[in-house]
Amino acid sequence: MTNRRSGPPKRRSGPPRQPMAIIAVCMLGVLVLLAVFAPVLWGEEAVAADPDAIALPPSGEHPLGTDKLGRDILLRTLVATRLSLVMAVAATLMGGCIGLALGALPAVLGTRAQRWFASVISTWLAFPVLLVAMLTVILLGPGTTTAVVALALTMTPSFARLAQTLSSRVGGSEYLAAARMLGVSRRRQFTRYVLPNIAEPVIVNVTTSIGGGLLALSSLSFLGVGVQPPDFDWGRLLSEGFGQVYNSPVAAIGPGVAVVFAGLAFSMLGESLAAQLRNREHGRALPPRRLGPAPVAERPARTPAETERAETEAAPLLDVDGLSVSFPGPDGWIRPVQDVSFRILPGEIVGVVGESGSGKSVTMMSIAQLAPAGAAVTARRLRFDGEDLTGRTPAEAGRVLGTRVGVVFQDSLTALNPALRVGTQLAEIPRVHGGAGRAKAHEMAVRALDDVRIPDAARRAQQFPHEFSGGMRQRALIAMSQIGSPSLIIADEPTTALDVTVQRRVLALLRRECAESGAAAIVVSHDVAVLAELCGRLLVMYAGRIVEDVDIALLATPERLAHPYTRALAASLPDLGTDRTKPLVTIPGEPPDLSRPVTGCAFAARCAFATDDCRTEVPVLTEHRHGGRVACRHPQDAMATDAAPGREEVGA
Amino acid sequence: MTRSTSATGRRHGGNRWLLFLLRRTGRMLVAMWVIVTVAFLVLRMAGGDPVRSALGATADESVVQARREQLGLNDPLIVQYFDYLTGLFRGDLGVSIITGRSVTELVSHRLPATLELAGLAFLVVLLVAVPVGLGIAVITQGNRRRGAETAFTGVTAFIAAIPEYLLGVLLVIVFAITLHALPVAGRTGPASYLMPVIALSVSAAASVSRIARIEALNTLKDDYVRTARSKRLPAWMVYFRHALPNMLTATLTIGGTLLGAMIAGSVLVEQVFNWPGLGMAFVGAITTKDYGIVQGLALVYAAIILVVNLLIDLVLSLLDRRTSLLETS
Ligand code: SF4
Repeated sequence: MTNRRSGPPKRRSGPPRQPMAIIAVCMLGVLVLLAVFAPVLWGEEAVAADPDAIALPPSGEHPLGTDKLGRDILLRTLVATRLSLVMAVAATLMGGCIGLALGALPAVLGTRAQRWFASVISTWLAFPVLLVAMLTVILLGPGTTTAVVALALTMTPSFARLAQTLSSRVGGSEYLAAARMLGVSRRRQFTRYVLPNIAEPVIVNVTTSIGGGLLALSSLSFLGVGVQPPDFDWGRLLSEGFGQVYNSPVAAIGPGVAVVFAGLAFSMLGESLAAQLRNREHGRALPPRRLGPAPVAERPARTPAETERAETEAAPLLDVDGLSVSFPGPDGWIRPVQDVSFRILPGEIVGVVGESGSGKSVTMMSIAQLAPAGAAVTARRLRFDGEDLTGRTPAEAGRVLGTRVGVVFQDSLTALNPALRVGTQLAEIPRVHGGAGRAKAHEMAVRALDDVRIPDAARRAQQFPHEFSGGMRQRALIAMSQIGSPSLIIADEPTTALDVTVQRRVLALLRRECAESGAAAIVVSHDVAVLAELCGRLLVMYAGRIVEDVDIALLATPERLAHPYTRALAASLPDLGTDRTKPLVTIPGEPPDLSRPVTGCAFAARCAFATDDCRTEVPVLTEHRHGGRVACRHPQDAMATDAAPGREEVGA
Repeated sequence: MTRSTSATGRRHGGNRWLLFLLRRTGRMLVAMWVIVTVAFLVLRMAGGDPVRSALGATADESVVQARREQLGLNDPLIVQYFDYLTGLFRGDLGVSIITGRSVTELVSHRLPATLELAGLAFLVVLLVAVPVGLGIAVITQGNRRRGAETAFTGVTAFIAAIPEYLLGVLLVIVFAITLHALPVAGRTGPASYLMPVIALSVSAAASVSRIARIEALNTLKDDYVRTARSKRLPAWMVYFRHALPNMLTATLTIGGTLLGAMIAGSVLVEQVFNWPGLGMAFVGAITTKDYGIVQGLALVYAAIILVVNLLIDLVLSLLDRRTSLLETS
């Protein structure tokens, strides 16, 4: 079977299209033009009083009417652009310079001074802009300069804080340490590394500060404590317009529009700059339009023979065929799970093993309809207990599953809601699904906790998760998965966060619960030893695919395992006396990066038996003579261990 | 974990918390002292004779002298400072230069109006912004519905760019002057609260709902939300019962800044609606150069903000104690 791809997806180059940035720049252009030319063109007209045209409503000659001295309000609004902008820019520059200088200061002082300084800044920051500004006005007396100084003072602490975070981030970076060690010149360090990392956040901050400053300055003038007549900025015009609001309401609207327009221009620019910064740092996923449809498994549907066998076999509880899970990434779909197929029979306990990132958890969460928002799950066939789940939204499919699938999550601390009592979290299930009343549901919750051997269950049910120990939380989670009497339990790394003795007890509990209720279970773990204790069958996952599906008993006879990866895992399996806390024997090399398409067998880079075939074609999971299935070109089970790769012909 | 270990855990947390409380209160007192001193110096150091400039050039010299005597401005600076501090401890915020009336009395008359306005607006902001932020987060999670996200960002950016006082002016034009639906100004009855509260809360609600959306997006990614989904609970239960309470800590964190902004914004809104609160008196005192009132009111404003911030810090640390307990046990 071939697996042809049309090469790696092309990296989209060039800056992302940002309509917001373009609009903001255009708006700023208008403002700058007005600031430069309006006073030159209309400066005199805007201050010329006309006793014959006092407080006129809008007309052809005066589109926004006139003020109480007969001056044209539209012209005054346009002319005021210069003063309004200049004040905001001046205040920001002043505040920025003082703040950045202050913020860089503690770096050269001791830690005590730093802490003291930080608390001064945070107290200073707690004071609203307007109040600090008004206090300054009191000190210096109202006027244009005062307003600018006042605003600069209110901006100082936020710039100081910015400088502090930036200097600690840049100064402590590995790059600088390395550069210093290599003797890179200070100047080069600065231009190559320090400046680019500092400049962008500062520019973003300056832009948004100008916008905010503009609004704050206009507020001061509106209150009459900013710009004093005969000067005028937008705030001043607004307060004058508000004074004659009964005669001509429009008088206040013109300058109002100007303030909002300018404030918006700066905040939009700041925001799109910040967005660009974020994108560069994290790489934002492509929008659906550019991603295209979610990838599906390439392999065609089952062969007729397979289908026939599937029909005649005992009806599986869970039947998965060609399941793929993809996430939107910055360069196209990322595919952590590709073409996974398996069946679970009623009452069967199956283990899924793989390194972290092998897609085992994502697979099981997708089957439980709990994949993270944004994941695209596709499958040729996904049936639970005879019911088809394909073609439904996760929410609908989840409703179909109801309480028939119980999930035990990995980290019991984060999996339980910190804000709700443990008993409440359990009782929700019978309340919502069993129609039980409050008291009945609570009683059931207590019983379920008691079932998993939590002492003093009635009292424990009233407690919050943080009052439980780790092992107890994990048992509470098992109780939670049991309370709806599921026919399938999916346990995702149920013992990872626990120490060895607690781990044993939790496993025993899980086994007992399954035996008592007759539920099937899928247990996901990176630890094959855990699974060997618990399961009947093992699914081995590597780089998003199942590479082997085998009876657990074969782990005891590693020479009968077919896939080189499984063999390596089995070799790492400790004997009874081995110290389990030590890391397992690891296979050299790293699993492939799934954000790029992998050609051929994903294990090839780490496989001692890899041939050229392996690197061009993905091996397909097929029935194998050991009674399970395997996806490998050169299964190792029938071979003498010293056989040269690629020579065996006995394959299934 | 047995009972005894949990008890020691709690005691540990308690000690740390007490220390934190003391440190925070100390910090607040220091800040308060700095502000008191600045306010004191303002009146004494401002250029020229504040009494003369407040009463006007035409006022009789004997009146000016009498007022200076009443304010204690003829005493040595250190004596004045001491008198001022002891006065403050007795609740005496000084007197108006122009009328000679007590500022404490002025505050007791006007403070309720301002607190009502700011408090109501604060409530409105939280009640609107948090559910809106959560709702938008729910429909845009996992990078879905980019259109809705862009629209939300655009609309909130626009609303946040409208200053409170401008919105107030617009509301007056539309609802009071054009439609005659609401009273123009003053604090006369329930209807008179409508416009001031709206004017004060709308732009803040826009910015807070953005923060709430980001917080909600983070919360929705939390494991316990997935657990809630695994129980196949109805959507409203997942979001309101499981996600919302866990967003509150984050919301409270911005609450302090928000309340501060509301109190500052009330100065402007009071001006627009002729609201008989502290802000009107404050601005009036600044324009008439009545530094006696200015000094007293500046202190009151500063105290309100410092106390609010302290309270929010305390509540936050109480909530955090739950999690910090984990480290000790
Ligand atoms: S032998 Fe080939 S197909 Fe088998 S695991 Fe190694 S590389 Fe993959």
